[in-house]
Amino acid sequence: MTKSIHVQYFAILREQRGLAQEKITTSAATASEFYDELRGRHGFTLPADRLRVAVNDEFAPWGSALSDGDRLVFIPPVAGG
Amino acid sequence: MFRISPEPLDPAALQRRLLDPRAGACATFEGWVRNRNDGQAVRALDYEAHATLAEKEGLRILAEAQAKFSILNAVCAHRVGSLVLGDMAVWVGVTAEHRGDAFDACRYIIDEAKARVPIWKKEHYASGATAWINCATRGPASGIPPAKPQ
Repeated sequence: MTKSIHVQYFAILREQRGLAQEKITTSAATASEFYDELRGRHGFTLPADRLRVAVNDEFAPWGSALSDGDRLVFIPPVAGG
Repeated sequence: MFRISPEPLDPAALQRRLLDPRAGACATFEGWVRNRNDGQAVRALDYEAHATLAEKEGLRILAEAQAKFSILNAVCAHRVGSLVLGDMAVWVGVTAEHRGDAFDACRYIIDEAKARVPIWKKEHYASGATAWINCATRGPASGIPPAKPQ
């Protein structure tokens, strides 16, 4: 089943994608599958094990099932301070 | 209060939020933009954040500090945007009855914020190269090799 996912990119992912957000139609079942799909398409250098994922503004496990209309953010390694 | 700020931080205003007649100690920490990192001359930094998630995670850290230490109040503010040398990137302030818990909680908050809050830092080097800190995927595992100039 395909679903429409809103993705927001930050930092190195935003630069590698060349935009800050987009809506993508995917058949990926989980956040993990979805990142693999995007990484293959856009050549993101960071593997999933260096990232965290947030679904609808909350950190979530990589195995989270995706639902139509979900908002996803892939969180590159942080560096505040 | 945990706040992501696109405006310059005002330590005096932040500290006023902590005023409390029960407080006998106020420990503060300021993080400044410095001119070197990993042997590279740095001339500026860009910070960006996922503000919603950052403020949620930041509030969790402040609540943890309240639970772990005997403190009265805690505030943290982190700048986003383009910063130059000497600019303040982060401010943490903690009040307590006594200094020990104020120092310990202040240290806990800045350490956890650096490790967990979705804030990213891009360094601009004197050489013209740039790098997103902690995001390198090539080169020595212990170092953060800067990207080649575009």
